[in-house]
Amino acid sequence: MARKKTIPMRQMSDNQSGVIKKVSAVGDMGRRIREMGLVPDTPIQIQGRAPLKDPVAIKVRDFILTLRNREADHILVEVEEPD
Amino acid sequence: MKKIKIALSGNPNSGKSTIFNALTGARQHIANYPGVTVEKKSGWVSHKGYNIEVVDLPGTYSLTAYSLEEIVARDFLIKEKPDVVVDIVDASNLDRNLYLTVQFKELGVPLVIALNMVDVASQRGIIVNKDSLSSLLGVPVVPTVARSNQGIQDLLDKIIEVVENGYEWRRDVISYGRDIDQGLRAIEEIIRKSGSYDKIYSPWWLALKCLEGDEQVRKLIRQDEETGRQIEEICNRIYKHTMDTLEEEPEGVIADHRYGYIAGITRKAVKRKIESRLNVSDRVDRILTNRAVGPFIMLLILYLIYEFTFWGSEAPVGWFEAFFGWLKGLVSTIIPAGLLNSLIVSGIIDGVGGVVGFVPLIMFMFFAIAIMEDTGYMARIAFMLDRLLRWFGLHGNSVMALLISGGISGGCAVPGVMATRTLKDPKERIATLLVVPFMNCGAKLPLFGMLIGAFFVRSKANMMFVFTLLSWAFALFAAKVIRVTVLRGPTTPFVMELPPYRVPTLKGLLIHTWERTWQYIKKAGTIILVISIILWAMMTFPVLSKEERRKFEEKRQELKTGFLKVPGIRNIVKDSAGLDRLDELFSRYVSLKEKAGPEVEKLDKSPLLPLIKEAYKVSKKSGAAEVKAGEGAFSGIAIAYLRYREEARKINNLEQQQRLRRTIAGRIGQMLQKITRPIGFDYRVNVALLGGFAAKEVIVSTLGTAYSLGELNPEQSEVLSSRLQKDPNWSPLLAFTLIVFSMLYVPCFATVVMIKRESSWKWAGFSIVFNLVAAYVISLAVYNTGLALGVGLAR
Ligand SMILES: Nc1nc2c(ncn2[C@@H]2O[C@H](COP(=O)(O)OP(=O)(O)OP(=O)(O)O)[C@@H](O)[C@H]2O)c(=O)[nH]1
Ligand SMILES: [Mg+2]
Repeated sequence: MARKKTIPMRQMSDNQSGVIKKVSAVGDMGRRIREMGLVPDTPIQIQGRAPLKDPVAIKVRDFILTLRNREADHILVEVEEPD
Repeated sequence: MKKIKIALSGNPNSGKSTIFNALTGARQHIANYPGVTVEKKSGWVSHKGYNIEVVDLPGTYSLTAYSLEEIVARDFLIKEKPDVVVDIVDASNLDRNLYLTVQFKELGVPLVIALNMVDVASQRGIIVNKDSLSSLLGVPVVPTVARSNQGIQDLLDKIIEVVENGYEWRRDVISYGRDIDQGLRAIEEIIRKSGSYDKIYSPWWLALKCLEGDEQVRKLIRQDEETGRQIEEICNRIYKHTMDTLEEEPEGVIADHRYGYIAGITRKAVKRKIESRLNVSDRVDRILTNRAVGPFIMLLILYLIYEFTFWGSEAPVGWFEAFFGWLKGLVSTIIPAGLLNSLIVSGIIDGVGGVVGFVPLIMFMFFAIAIMEDTGYMARIAFMLDRLLRWFGLHGNSVMALLISGGISGGCAVPGVMATRTLKDPKERIATLLVVPFMNCGAKLPLFGMLIGAFFVRSKANMMFVFTLLSWAFALFAAKVIRVTVLRGPTTPFVMELPPYRVPTLKGLLIHTWERTWQYIKKAGTIILVISIILWAMMTFPVLSKEERRKFEEKRQELKTGFLKVPGIRNIVKDSAGLDRLDELFSRYVSLKEKAGPEVEKLDKSPLLPLIKEAYKVSKKSGAAEVKAGEGAFSGIAIAYLRYREEARKINNLEQQQRLRRTIAGRIGQMLQKITRPIGFDYRVNVALLGGFAAKEVIVSTLGTAYSLGELNPEQSEVLSSRLQKDPNWSPLLAFTLIVFSMLYVPCFATVVMIKRESSWKWAGFSIVFNLVAAYVISLAVYNTGLALGVGLAR
């Protein structure tokens, strides 16, 4: 049985999927993140990272979104952790 | 004919422009939105007795006051109240597109949804039931495939239907949770009671925006102090409450509920046939943005674009050159030599021709960039380079402006500055538009080419590459300097969509290419024309006095008389007029000989031809002196003639120099010598650089004039580069320094005007001063390092 665990998006590995649990960003950044559809209960999958490991590309609601690690830090994702 | 106005709105990349073009055909014009720099396009279409004005609004994800595009779109909707808003929704990406739709409903605008890209959606196994979507949203829905013109007529029909049914602006209410809903009602009540509220906004919408922390609306509310205070109090209370209970701002709670509402709708209206985890686009991305090979593929693509641009534009650039050459010849035959001739030939044709001559190069570059943009690859470049650019205080999206301005070599900073509009943060934006002029735009290339041809022949291609890298290095370094000094501030988020890869349409590519190219041409038509004339005047007046001119004329006469005394010459040339004819024929012969062989025969009938042929042959041998007399019938005379020509050239040269020194530009150039001597520039280079402020293309032609080429000895106009090569004052080091200086110093006038338009006079002025100082300091370092190390002094 896989264990569920909530981690910041930055710590997710490539191709890993999960469900957004919380978006703690505020202000402009928060608005930008939410209007692109990153709200709680949304499933996402890490698509890949840029050559310098930042920004990260994720698949969310039928499209690809990029954000920087600094922004990904504000998004908590529930992932399945194989033990 | 009844007139109505409709607005096209939707997410970026949802197909607005495609629908706009499908609706209006090619009838469109770009208008600048009053007071704001974001463009709004409008066009017309007639349908069923209605004359419909179609306005293409900038693409937005939302209707907050977060970015310029959003403010433009919002203000347009509220202030101009279009009869219908067509919301273009990407069916393959429904949830996120509906987020904007919900906000239109909140605003209460009369809506028609164009459900676009249904083809893409069905390819991915996404089937949208349009009837159920329509009834759930309470908005008419028309499926379209804008790219192949499907559904466009239905869309027009539906628009007319909505207009004829007399739509009332009414808001739709969705629930944002109890706390927010209560707060909304309370604020709405206060606004309704307050007399000072503006009737064009609905109070409920104003209340919603207040809770969302919308600065524009809050300012509006604060106009009435008492109302403002009351509302602020409620907002603060709700803020505190949601933060305590949900750990979220009201704004976040509202967004969550909007998406909740959308999820409820799409759950019912959308069927997914296959859970296609990896569509084609994603698979392509696995390779193109792969962390290991992605950067190499990117470099390869940029290199191919470079090759493509120069390969493709070589011939057309040649045609343009030939055309302007022909035009100059034509003018010279109609208008006698003199001021008017000089104004038209050196002022207008050279100035404007210099700019227009590069249209093919610019066009090819913009075409290549349009391909990158329309396929979606440009966004990937921004993604891959963001980290690097951020280190220098720029943004991933800055790369687009840098590439358009000449990042791959050959582009134009005018559309480049305009491309900075995709940057949201004002500081990143201004930093980008300040460094964009450092790129090697198409106008700088002729100078580089000429100097490389003269001093770095052996490593031509390499040098060009070196200068491309240098311009990037300078731009990035300058950006860093600007961002840690005058424009200090945090970087903005890089929350950006990577659009799916699409096969671009030819029409779309051509429109994009043409829009940017037109920007470039316009500068030739307006600013450059005026500036060219002013510069021409500065380089012409004041003219030499009669006395001085007479002196040179006397010298020439003396020389002629001397030459006509050569034994045997009288059999061929009788007098000074005959000598002039000989000179003219010789020049023509040389230029014909050097270009194409056969036409030379046309000169055949002239009795002067044998001498000319001989003289030409002699001039081609290593040195005239080595040819022994008696080697041909005319060789003695031919040698004398060539010597005479050399002397005449020297006199003309002297006159030209004196003339140039005397002019306003010459005087300024000489004054500047004090400053430019440490970097090796004499007054002639200064004059040319002065001309380059109008347009960088002018540098080469001005150098040509300053080195007394061009009008006096037309056959030498192509050999500026060999002329400089022979000049003892020139060295590879000086050439290198001049290239670096002209790469960096002041943006051309058109760019300065554009920077002003996109920011302010303050920044336009700053960019002139900053770039000048940067250019000077760096050139000083380069030149003196070279001198000290003794590098690049010998040829
Ligand atoms: N397959 C398909 N492609 C489409 C359709 N409509 C538009 N496109 C393509 O989608 C891309 C984006 O279209 P645009 O019209 O430029 O989109 P836009 O909304 O104006 O984009 P912005 O100006 O960036 O906001 C182009 O490559 C179009 O050719 C469609 O119905 N089907
Ligand atoms: Mg568009």
